[in-house]
Amino acid sequence: MRTIRSLVQGLLCLIVVSLAAPAALAAPDDDGRALLEALDTDSYAAKGEAVTAIADSGHPQSRVWLEALLDGKLQRQEDGGRFVVVLANRGRHWPVRDALTDEDLGEMSRRDLDRIGINNALRGQLQNTLALLDLRAPAVSARREAARDLLGEVSPSMVEPLNGLVENEADDEVRRLLTQAIAIQRLERGDLEAVEALSGSLNTSVRSALSAAARSDDAALAEAATDALAGIEQKQKLNDGIQTLYFGLSLGSVLVLAAIGLAITFGVMGVINMAHGELIMLGAYTTWGMQQLLPGQPGLALLLSIPAGFLVAALAGIVIERSVIQFLKGRPLETLLATFGVSLILQQLVRTLISPLNRTVVSPEWMSGSLMINEGLSLTLNRLLVLGFALLVFAGLMLVMRRTRLGLEVRAVTQNRAMARSMGIRATRVDILTFALGSGVAGLAGVALSQLTNVGPNLGQNYIIDSFMVVVFGGVGNLWGTLVAGLSLGVINQVLEPWAGAVLAKILVLVFIILFIQKRPRGLFPQKGRAAEG
Amino acid sequence: MLASRSWLSRPLRERSTQIFLGVLLAALAVFTLLNLIVPAGHPLHVSTYTVTLLGKYLSFALLAVALDLVWGYLGILSLGHGAFFALGGYAMGMYLMRQIGDRGVYGDPVLPDFMVFLDWDSLPWYWHGFDMAWFALLMVLLAPGLLALVFGFLAFRSRVTGVYLSIITQALTFALMLAFFRNEMGFGGNNGLTDFKELLGYDLRSDATRLGLFLASGLALALGYVLCRAIVASKLGRVSMACRDAEARTRFLGYRVERVQLFVFVVSAMLAGVAGALYVPQVGIINPGEFSPIFSIEVVLWVALGGRGTLYGAVIGALVVNYAKTVFTGVMPEAWLFALGGLFVVVTVLLPKGVAGLLASLRRRRDDDASETPAQGASS
Repeated sequence: MRTIRSLVQGLLCLIVVSLAAPAALAAPDDDGRALLEALDTDSYAAKGEAVTAIADSGHPQSRVWLEALLDGKLQRQEDGGRFVVVLANRGRHWPVRDALTDEDLGEMSRRDLDRIGINNALRGQLQNTLALLDLRAPAVSARREAARDLLGEVSPSMVEPLNGLVENEADDEVRRLLTQAIAIQRLERGDLEAVEALSGSLNTSVRSALSAAARSDDAALAEAATDALAGIEQKQKLNDGIQTLYFGLSLGSVLVLAAIGLAITFGVMGVINMAHGELIMLGAYTTWGMQQLLPGQPGLALLLSIPAGFLVAALAGIVIERSVIQFLKGRPLETLLATFGVSLILQQLVRTLISPLNRTVVSPEWMSGSLMINEGLSLTLNRLLVLGFALLVFAGLMLVMRRTRLGLEVRAVTQNRAMARSMGIRATRVDILTFALGSGVAGLAGVALSQLTNVGPNLGQNYIIDSFMVVVFGGVGNLWGTLVAGLSLGVINQVLEPWAGAVLAKILVLVFIILFIQKRPRGLFPQKGRAAEG
Repeated sequence: MLASRSWLSRPLRERSTQIFLGVLLAALAVFTLLNLIVPAGHPLHVSTYTVTLLGKYLSFALLAVALDLVWGYLGILSLGHGAFFALGGYAMGMYLMRQIGDRGVYGDPVLPDFMVFLDWDSLPWYWHGFDMAWFALLMVLLAPGLLALVFGFLAFRSRVTGVYLSIITQALTFALMLAFFRNEMGFGGNNGLTDFKELLGYDLRSDATRLGLFLASGLALALGYVLCRAIVASKLGRVSMACRDAEARTRFLGYRVERVQLFVFVVSAMLAGVAGALYVPQVGIINPGEFSPIFSIEVVLWVALGGRGTLYGAVIGALVVNYAKTVFTGVMPEAWLFALGGLFVVVTVLLPKGVAGLLASLRRRRDDDASETPAQGASS
């Protein structure tokens, strides 16, 4: 038995030496070895000093050592061999790495390794040291995270080094967090002044520390803590308000995107396009198709699908206009029925050709995550981008309608078709282009929606009634009205949601619009003048 | 009394109504005989399943007639008539639920199964009274009627017409659908009301009851048709058609347009409610799906296909489209939406007056050939 073991050992050593030799030759790390040697003693006091020495050394491996030491995974080969870090201590043979050079040493038998033991005092010291090490990390984000983790976890022995860190810290955020962390510790000891440092923070650790202090026997301290808590509560409410507003605007921007194309086809041309929702769906499926064409590059695919979605939907719009709508001029109710038929066909087409199930559209990295305003308020990035996109699309449409030849012709044809034609405007061409524009914008809405909801054959159906509501609420033929109506309906919906629930909020909004139409049949911003009486 | 009788009986003297009633009653009689007398297995035998299916078509036809009354003769395209239909259906469903008594899965003598399931300990107030047939039948008329009255009063008073009215009727039925999907509403939520046992003491699964329901649907359709014809042929009907063709002019002539609109709208809603009440016991379930905007818009297609403003066209449209739906969804379900969508497009673009218009133009051509003077038919 013994011989086999020594044989294996010898073999391993041979391998190890042959592997390690070049690195060892290149840079014999005597300082690091000395630091580790200091740990290998029976005195815990000496070990503590060694830990401090390692923390102060700035050795690139120091963090690895200390963590391994804390977990009992920093070990030494029997008979004063090399120091190793055990990666997994299950079974009889453990995979290890060299502590000094970080190279892979394969597996070693547990019997050949000696653990460097620690006691409770040392464990506490190690935890503190590691936290402080993180706080010295060069990256600001790492320091912030470490400081945030420290809130409510500061032990009395750490106050002194932390104070030193606060003074040398360059980043305001880290300094603020550290001050708070220290203040929590001081508050726990009954320090009245600490309350001031903590007031206004939304962190949960801060709040639990304050509410603990508010229950304390010290009357002055309890009162101060209660006041601070009230202030925090106030701030939290404000944050919640902003959050609701943000979600409302986000929902509103989706509504605006879905409705703005309709505002063109319905508001400007007077065509009721029930297939509008399906044009949105086509835009969303274009995004999906683009991602299938460009696997592994969701960001590029998303950017490319903005023009592609516009084109696909616009082309579909032209086909619908030429094949159906042009024959139903001046008969809005018939247009409604015919385009509803088109919407059924498009839905079934997608179901048959692609799948009746939802497709997944991947969000690129720069769309996920969120923008942290403060501890109580973070804005999800994808919604923020969709909001921006909606405003951009709106501005673009505004420009087209107000500043281009096409916009001028569209407005002329809308106001007086016969007169516009006699002035030499080709009304039929304007019809096609307008419808293509409105449909294309629906496609853009689909591209944006693919980032927020499921892409499936029913995607459009869910938005068509809402879109009509937005256009009618805002005032037909008025793009500004659509913007205001969409955003305000979104916000109203979100404000109602907490106490009414999502479905009831939606019902209430619908009822509100139905009643509103009774009061102002032509919407928020009615068209005025002779053009309105068409 | 005499005046009112002449008002109601006038349509019976019209040739088109006589033909319609003749065909309808003959069909009812034939199907009944084929079901009862011809033995099962004979090729001419009509199974009870088919009779129930036909009964369902007839209730749909009544709904289409109700819609045609407002769309064809008042010029209001309601995209929410399914809501009135469903309300009538729910009123009937609530009565049928109460009739189950303690035969439900949970055996509670008063509470329907879904309420026991939701841990409710007493009936909500609006469920009271539905154990009495007369009250339920009254509600079949009143629930849709009241909704139409309130909604119509608000809409017509502020002169919401045309496309706007269509869109808000659609919003109305959409909102109701969302509401009825909620369990808290107390109408069975997603699953709706089902598991019915008997109606007025007759077992709903027996062949005789099913035949009876089929005949009742047919008679209701006949009565509804006569009522609508009577309204259309009356002075009120003429004013209503004037509103359809030139609303502002009618108003300037001194007619209270909104009152006419309100009256016709409410009558139509009640007819739709009756249709719903006949539909529910035959299919054995009512759920919020009946409120979906798509169903309402499908009803519009029936009327458009048959020919709006003719009443009998609505009946033809409802029967044809629903028969086609049964065939298609049985043989190739994927093709149904293509066919339905295609129908919408073809009918509106190529057949703006529907089948009835096609028939009328054929007849006119024949009449023109027979005599050189253009004939004015009784149906105008």
